[in-house]
Amino acid sequence: MIDGKRTVDDTLFTDTPEGTALRGSRCDDCGAHTFPTQGGCPRCTGSAMREVPLARTGTLWSWTVQGFRPKSPYTGTHEPYGVGYVELTGQLIVETRLVETDPEKLTIGMPMELALVPFRDDPDGPVHTFGFVAVAS
Amino acid sequence: MTGVAIVGIGMHRFGRTEGVSGRAQAVHAARAALADAGLRFSDMQFGFGGSHSAGDADTLVSELGLTGLPFINVANGCATGGSALIAADAAIRSGQHDLGIVIGFDKHPRGAFNTDPGEHGIGAWYGETGLMVTTQFFGMKIQRYLHDHDLKAGVLATIAEKAFRNGARNPMAWRRKEMTADEIAAAPMISHPLTQYMYCSPGEGAVALVLCRADRARAYTDKPVFLQGVAFRSRRYGSFEVFSPWTAIDRADPPTVEASRAAFAAAGVAPSEVDVAQIQDTETGAELMHMAETGLCAHGEQEELITTGATAIEGWLPINTDGGCIANGEPIGASGLRQVHENVLQLRGAAGEHQVPGDPRVGFTHVYGAPGISACTVLTR
Repeated sequence: MIDGKRTVDDTLFTDTPEGTALRGSRCDDCGAHTFPTQGGCPRCTGSAMREVPLARTGTLWSWTVQGFRPKSPYTGTHEPYGVGYVELTGQLIVETRLVETDPEKLTIGMPMELALVPFRDDPDGPVHTFGFVAVAS
Repeated sequence: MTGVAIVGIGMHRFGRTEGVSGRAQAVHAARAALADAGLRFSDMQFGFGGSHSAGDADTLVSELGLTGLPFINVANGCATGGSALIAADAAIRSGQHDLGIVIGFDKHPRGAFNTDPGEHGIGAWYGETGLMVTTQFFGMKIQRYLHDHDLKAGVLATIAEKAFRNGARNPMAWRRKEMTADEIAAAPMISHPLTQYMYCSPGEGAVALVLCRADRARAYTDKPVFLQGVAFRSRRYGSFEVFSPWTAIDRADPPTVEASRAAFAAAGVAPSEVDVAQIQDTETGAELMHMAETGLCAHGEQEELITTGATAIEGWLPINTDGGCIANGEPIGASGLRQVHENVLQLRGAAGEHQVPGDPRVGFTHVYGAPGISACTVLTR
């Protein structure tokens, strides 16, 4: 449970004073970030990775809208969903579901913030994953 | 060190062939390639091959002949054929063997690929939440590319129109019905900005090639085609690749740039000398981006080349003359070798209705795939 919500994988998340953030890792030697966490650094090939919370806000780097329901291993509901990459300044560009599904309302460069969003209904209730939503400007 | 020649080519028609297994299609292609070179399987000193979903290539010997040859399975996703060719090239160029065969084949179920994230070292959450979908990646890559290079999405339909036009002229293609750019643009949206007919589909098919030392090629054919350069590269930190839960903010050249550069360097050929090119068009955005990533043109130039017909069979830079993945589908194990098969036909002057005019001399092939790999070849006659 994260913030009282069931999630697809609790290890993706971490608590910060500002709220739930994605749990990433940062290389002590070269400063490269990854998501999720991993032991080896993809940039300098070292292994000095340390867990860090990733930024909760960023800007939309690219996007699309998933127009058909993916086959297994997808377990989510039938509704269309947005998919994007969001640039977290100084860290990395993370792939994410987007709450917005209208192509007219998605623009590269728009500010966004992290949210926990439901994607599947289990008998015990909705299961959440991370998504990004536009920040009201 | 000797060069390497392709002296026999064989193919099982791409598309859907009910009741014929992928392995049977591979055997068909292998026998056709051997017959083309006037050889028997017992003449083969080695084999390299692979498929993604249709079984192990090395088991084909039970049908082709139990001759004791070393037959090594290759599995590199979309670059399976390219990797088999690299292995064959090294085996011959090093002097280890003189003559051998590479085989690529596949038979996929209908619909988009569904990949297990665990096979890519990614958590199950990635697949469960609907991010492990290749079509999405291509939508997002071309979306960013159009934005960066100020290109219009309309050109994506024009590329598919060309693919179906070329496919209609190729008896081995799957999709042989022409479509207009308007029909393609109006089709259901799969992953914005790409519609249904801008994507290739997983399919079936097989290709085999017989290769030998270049100095012995004329014993088997009067029209040898020489494998002048072949290269494979994986992704670097900072390149944006399929199945990436994240990418770096610092940008790096994608593997296509490095593999094509290495293949051209090995061949001593410049991209401007290419007479006919087969480049990965799993969707039309890929053809657009790969035109520039391979060095065949500059970034941003593609729109004019495509809309003026330069990339058509009769143009000065013919691309995907057999209809590419869009008209042939993508049987993963066979797809890269299909491109080489098409270029051999073109350089022999034997491509029939889809023959590039003017006796092409230099051919180029390029594949791209998960998890960020590319294999390229340069062929000459």
